[in-house]
Amino acid sequence: MKTGLKLGIKQRTYTQQKAMWGFLYVLPWLLGFIFFFLIPFISSLRYSFSKITANAQGMIIEWIGFNNYVEALTINTSFNRTLTESIINMVVNVPLIVVFSLFLAVLLNQKFFGRSLARAVFFLPVILASGVILSLESTSLIQAVNEQNAGSSGVINAFSSFELQRLMLEAGVSETIVLYLTGAVDRIYEIVSLSGVQILIFLAGIQTISPQLYEASKMEGATGYEAFWKITFPMVSPLILVNVVYTIIDSFSRNALTDLIRETGFTKFNFGLSSAMAWIYFLCIAIILIISTSIISRKVFYHE
Amino acid sequence: MIRSKWLSFENWKKWLWSFVRYILILGLAFVILYPILQKISTAIKDKSDLYSPIVVWIPQNYSLNNFLQVINIMDYWETLLNTFSLSAMTTILTAISCALAGYGFARLKFRGSNLLFAGVMLTILVPPTTILIPMYMNLKDFTLLGLIPLITGKPVNLLNSYWPFILTSLTASSLKAGLYIFIFRQFFRGVPKEVEEAAYIDGAGIGKTFMGIMLPNAIPAIITVTLFSFVWQWNDSFYTTTYLTSSKVMSTQLSSLPYNLAVQLDGGDASQADPFYLSMVQDTGILMAILPLIIIYLFVQRYFVESIERTGIVG
Repeated sequence: MKTGLKLGIKQRTYTQQKAMWGFLYVLPWLLGFIFFFLIPFISSLRYSFSKITANAQGMIIEWIGFNNYVEALTINTSFNRTLTESIINMVVNVPLIVVFSLFLAVLLNQKFFGRSLARAVFFLPVILASGVILSLESTSLIQAVNEQNAGSSGVINAFSSFELQRLMLEAGVSETIVLYLTGAVDRIYEIVSLSGVQILIFLAGIQTISPQLYEASKMEGATGYEAFWKITFPMVSPLILVNVVYTIIDSFSRNALTDLIRETGFTKFNFGLSSAMAWIYFLCIAIILIISTSIISRKVFYHE
Repeated sequence: MIRSKWLSFENWKKWLWSFVRYILILGLAFVILYPILQKISTAIKDKSDLYSPIVVWIPQNYSLNNFLQVINIMDYWETLLNTFSLSAMTTILTAISCALAGYGFARLKFRGSNLLFAGVMLTILVPPTTILIPMYMNLKDFTLLGLIPLITGKPVNLLNSYWPFILTSLTASSLKAGLYIFIFRQFFRGVPKEVEEAAYIDGAGIGKTFMGIMLPNAIPAIITVTLFSFVWQWNDSFYTTTYLTSSKVMSTQLSSLPYNLAVQLDGGDASQADPFYLSMVQDTGILMAILPLIIIYLFVQRYFVESIERTGIVG
């Protein structure tokens, strides 16, 4: 310590040391952020304000102001409709998916016969609903034909959900809630296949809760229901935030709008318009995310 | 007497709950498995069974012909090796860099760290299509702030090599890396602060605390992240088609499978081939592409199942 003082190196305080290490830990990410994100991001912003023509010499970028944005919002026939549709879809799906996946994660964390098999099955959507598999799945001819054949027996399916609806309406539940829930039952495959990642994140979160908490609460006489609301729920609440954010982004990353953006950019080679669309779309997601995270993060519990 | 009655009521409740649980899990598992079962039944069918009206699930003539076709056309073993090495490499590098960044953001606060974390959120938010074209240009003439031309005289072309994947995953900016940083951060924030402070008081430095105390506590997070990263890299066709144009990896081979098959069957005329048969081989290809992932998951998932020993930590 004395040699340090002699050499003129200041003894750092605990917080300063921590701050320095923090910066070192974040540094690799920061480099990647600047080179592989920020620079391309800014050039895409520049593209969105320009008309781009590619020729043998390279790209010619010409400043045209807000013309691309005006074209996307007023001239392009499908952009507005696709945008509102995907936002409505998201608002409907996100709460359902998050609640459903938390419920399933709690269920899969309990001890029962065949648990590891069940977990393996619920992991499958993570594989099936990603990347190339998803896009191939939607074009599978055999699947389509089989679904058509199954349509005749599908009458029974529709009937059961119809019965449920009638039952709940007669019990005096509000009509919007009933329609929302029965709609969810009818779209169960969509919901399940979209919630694979969320189930795993919640499951991992539940695993890190120390068993002593549950033991103590059991000795104090808490029921399983109380243990869920007083222990599990607050302890996984940081991950509820993760999952809401992930679900919102995920629901945006695979909809008709991204297809439209990609098609405009790479099939019609209108990079400027495509960048402008991507920017409008990005701003919409940003607004939705800021609203929802600010609501949720007030309720989140951290060990700090 | 009263006590035993009460016990039996509890018992009833338990039985009822496990019954309901089984119904729920079986029903949902069926919903998930249905398309897979359909693929398996299609894959083991013979071509002649495709149009047979009596065959729905169980084929009349079993055949492994589809699998042989897929192995042959996709160059399966070589593709498997390529994809595996690519995914494993990016996964390990991504997990390391994201864990570091996540811990830095969660516990080692410095001036401006919140602002930088907003940057992480930005990377999650921005759809990859937005930055694809500038990114492509950047990698085609890679200069690293003008340093490489100083040494070799000209920028290097990183496309069609594994370098874009190595560089982006080393710097935590690969496919969905922002999400992994976010997951790690939330997990580290969930670890009680007392644990960390106890380690400091016992004389452990920041690096040692991270390696010895925080990482073992975050094993579920590490497994989650590696699993996602591996699976997504495996299935990714967005980056692989942009960066790797000629290397054989699973996703590109899979999407060009029907076309290649048609070429092989009819000598180049893709429009002549029977689309139903092509779809059948495609389904077999999907099965074979996801099979290694399922096998890996079965090995890894017991780390999820065994609850983490956290003895000595008062929660």
